Amino acid sequence: MSDRVAIIGIGYTSLQPTTPLRSFKELTFESAQKAYADAAIRFDEIDSFVTCAEDFNEGISIFDEYTPDQLGAVQKPMHTLTQDGLHGIADALMQIRSGIAETVVVEAHSKASNLLTPDWLLDYATDPIYNRPLGFNPHALAALEMNLFLNQTGMSADDCAAIVAKNRANALANPVAAYPLAITSTNVKSSPYFAYPLREAEMARHADGAVVVVLANENKASKSRAKTVWVLGAGSANDSATLESREWGKALYAEIAAKHAYKQAAIEDPRQIDLFEIDDTYAYKELQHLVALGVYKEPREAAQALQSGETQASGKTPVNVSGGSLGMGFVLEAAGLYRVVELVLQLRGQAGPRQLARAKIGLAQSWRGVPTTSGAVVILGSE
Amino acid sequence: MPETLGGTPLEAKSSRGGNIFTTSYVPQLRYAWDTGEAIGRYLQELKQERLIARSCHQCGRVMIPPRMFCERCFRPTDEWVYVKDTGRIITFSLCYVSWDVRRLKQPQIPAVIEIDGASPGTGILHVVKKVPPKQVKIGMPVRAVWKPSAERVGSITDIAYWEPNTKTKKRQ
Amino acid sequence: MKLERERCHYSITPTLHYSSFSTNMARKVAVIGAGMTKFMRRALETPKELAWLAAKAALDSAGMKLNQIDSVVLGTAPEAFDGLHMKGEYLSDGCGAWNKPFLRCYVGGGTGVYALAQAWFHVASGLYDTALVVCEEKMSTCQPHPQAAFLTIFDPITEQPLKPNLLWIFALEQNRYMETYGITIEEIARVSVKNKRNALDHPAAQLGAELTVQQVLASEIMAWPVHRLMVSPTSDGAAAIVIAAEEVARRVTSKPVWIQGVGWCLDTAYWTNRDLAYPEYVEKAAWMAYRMAGIKEPRKEINIAEPYDPFAYKELHHLEGLQLAPKGQAPKLLADGVFDRDGDLPTTPSGGLLGVGNPIAAAGMMKLCELFWQLRSEAGARQVPGKPERGVAQAWGDLMQVGTVVVLGTKRPE
Repeated sequence: MSDRVAIIGIGYTSLQPTTPLRSFKELTFESAQKAYADAAIRFDEIDSFVTCAEDFNEGISIFDEYTPDQLGAVQKPMHTLTQDGLHGIADALMQIRSGIAETVVVEAHSKASNLLTPDWLLDYATDPIYNRPLGFNPHALAALEMNLFLNQTGMSADDCAAIVAKNRANALANPVAAYPLAITSTNVKSSPYFAYPLREAEMARHADGAVVVVLANENKASKSRAKTVWVLGAGSANDSATLESREWGKALYAEIAAKHAYKQAAIEDPRQIDLFEIDDTYAYKELQHLVALGVYKEPREAAQALQSGETQASGKTPVNVSGGSLGMGFVLEAAGLYRVVELVLQLRGQAGPRQLARAKIGLAQSWRGVPTTSGAVVILGSE
Repeated sequence: MPETLGGTPLEAKSSRGGNIFTTSYVPQLRYAWDTGEAIGRYLQELKQERLIARSCHQCGRVMIPPRMFCERCFRPTDEWVYVKDTGRIITFSLCYVSWDVRRLKQPQIPAVIEIDGASPGTGILHVVKKVPPKQVKIGMPVRAVWKPSAERVGSITDIAYWEPNTKTKKRQ
Repeated sequence: MKLERERCHYSITPTLHYSSFSTNMARKVAVIGAGMTKFMRRALETPKELAWLAAKAALDSAGMKLNQIDSVVLGTAPEAFDGLHMKGEYLSDGCGAWNKPFLRCYVGGGTGVYALAQAWFHVASGLYDTALVVCEEKMSTCQPHPQAAFLTIFDPITEQPLKPNLLWIFALEQNRYMETYGITIEEIARVSVKNKRNALDHPAAQLGAELTVQQVLASEIMAWPVHRLMVSPTSDGAAAIVIAAEEVARRVTSKPVWIQGVGWCLDTAYWTNRDLAYPEYVEKAAWMAYRMAGIKEPRKEINIAEPYDPFAYKELHHLEGLQLAPKGQAPKLLADGVFDRDGDLPTTPSGGLLGVGNPIAAAGMMKLCELFWQLRSEAGARQVPGKPERGVAQAWGDLMQVGTVVVLGTKRPE
């Protein structure tokens, strides 16, 4: 019996800075209908459902109470993961491989616009005994790491600015993106610092959206009409949660999650992968994650690749063709699934103006933001 | 299983008496939830002293609180339907403790109230007043008591409370 | 000594199923270790420390080290109690998730039992050989009283303006249950008596007590028809379990406790549109687990039950959902002694949430730990007589909405 798992349907709303006219339930219902139509599946054929959400992102405790109706999941097996959508994909993969479900739906959404105090929310995630009493803005944690990372690797502010320019320009070709902009590195470098050396322009801004992904085993996938996209591997990992114990400067969580995913996908050289959709919540993170994923042996190589245009959409190793979080908007726990959407569109040949000539294997990676060291990696392939 | 387990129980007075170090924090979290189409209309109608529901032509249900999709048929709902501001108690309680754990002399009477005009068993959560607690019964007919127009803001509390509806006989 | 009872035959037809797919081909998975902390009204330890104590106790009980654990699953319920956003990340160190695959699952009060199902498919899928499952809650952090945090579980627009109280929904459901089936308050009080007495034999217990029905009924009415001694406490505590694939389990222990069935089911958020008298979602979750376990007559084939008992009536409500009593009949079976520790179907021999305590997610996991010890004859003074071979643990949560069920047994699944 095959244990291959496929993505057979995707549905998503465009990303917007605010979505005042519809509730999260209504946005998710729209995406679910689209996803089930895309998968040519009835809602009552789905065996299991997963939501990726955090109570305090929503402002509602036990948020999973409010998740089944808009997915058609009433009186079905359904649970919430308080992690990114890529963790949800890993969860769905395991459910299908265990045989407990043939089709699993993974959903995530963002109503970040409803959160009036986003920085206080991050403050609420910091260690209440050792860190919070110091009273600094939590984004400073990213700035601290960025400073160390640049220092350790020899990369520069120019490199970070180039990431912003690349990703926001890529977003111009992405109708889903919330923050497309033809911005130059010079613009970025003259924008104000948020917390030295991190500039405001290097921080992804929030957006609202809802995304639903339908996964199925090979048997069900063969009945679907769209070109099948296989989940070749899915991994997750955490480094130490404690600021004082973690490996600053290295994205170990990405390295370990990737190791698991590469092993499952039987990928020995990450250069086999055609495109990468990875976290760039802060511009320097894209470089750090590329190194952690093993795409480049040395950080210096990553910077050179960026400067030579290798990670542009037209380059050898396109990174964040979608625009990344900088260009699309940061959508909380839905970030990973919007990256999956881009990969699926590319692998199916449905990416329109963004379509890459070579798109057979893609990698999505996410990081849950400060103050976490939590991440996941999913590898998709069209064969 | 081991007979001694980890964990150090504390008395309430330990943390107050300064024997235990504590750190405290008040979260500064504020939200403004988009009501969306269905609940937005629900609130608008409450301000106008009306209750509104949505119907699904496939299963035939009339649903309150209203929703733009039928969760059983998994399709968009079809029509807005005004329902009455009368109903019957499906279940109730007499609560002597407030949400923030204060003892109450007079009980709050929360209830799930089946709304006349909505499908059977379709109720909303609200509170009942102006009835001796011992007389409240499942099946008792009740009617909404609205706040005056100037005080209504578009909230579920535009209905101040529900009281016995003496005009209707109790259903057996 | 087991009482001689006439077996009751109930013809209950399984409702649903949605898929003819099966888990037969998946690897068999066993519980090989369990551990927990005391359950306390207020603990000195931080949430991380509580998680660590339970995780360590579970590893020790399995004779394993953290580097033999391939993956970690955390179950913990609302952040609002421990006072942290992204609580799972904060707890990850205490759970042993450093540099490991880590998922945190969350279905309200159902989390503690669901977490084992989550871990089960980690191993059954073939991706990981071992998993450490940790459940933790520290409710005492929330001031002035944890109960106030429950306000935020209600719909912020249509319900919170009414300032609802957690007690409301339980009292509303208990009233509906009693009225529908003609159940008396004395019948419900018996659950408190049984469980708190059972808890006297549990080393972790917060509220073990020898009580009479009269004493339970004399306790103040919190929200009629709920009396104080029918309500489980808020608690701090943690519990953990180690699971392994068959080939690993057999190397580690001669008494693996097999995960025979898992099931979970979430009902609509529109709880005021549902009849609360019967938990359909518990029934569906139960049949999902029973089907996987090959159980056709649960009342005959299950030897111990650990249903979720946050309020006294809930145990009865859930026993009916679990198909272990006909609708409305659980109180009579309780009165007949069927559910006593030496009865035909010992129920909540641990002492449950009413007696041991209710640190939300950890409480469900405590019930699974109890089955582990019972099935290995390691439950000490709580041990049920005979040699129980199979038990079911169930948790519940959300707005009277989610059922999570796990069947454990001494026999390896087919």
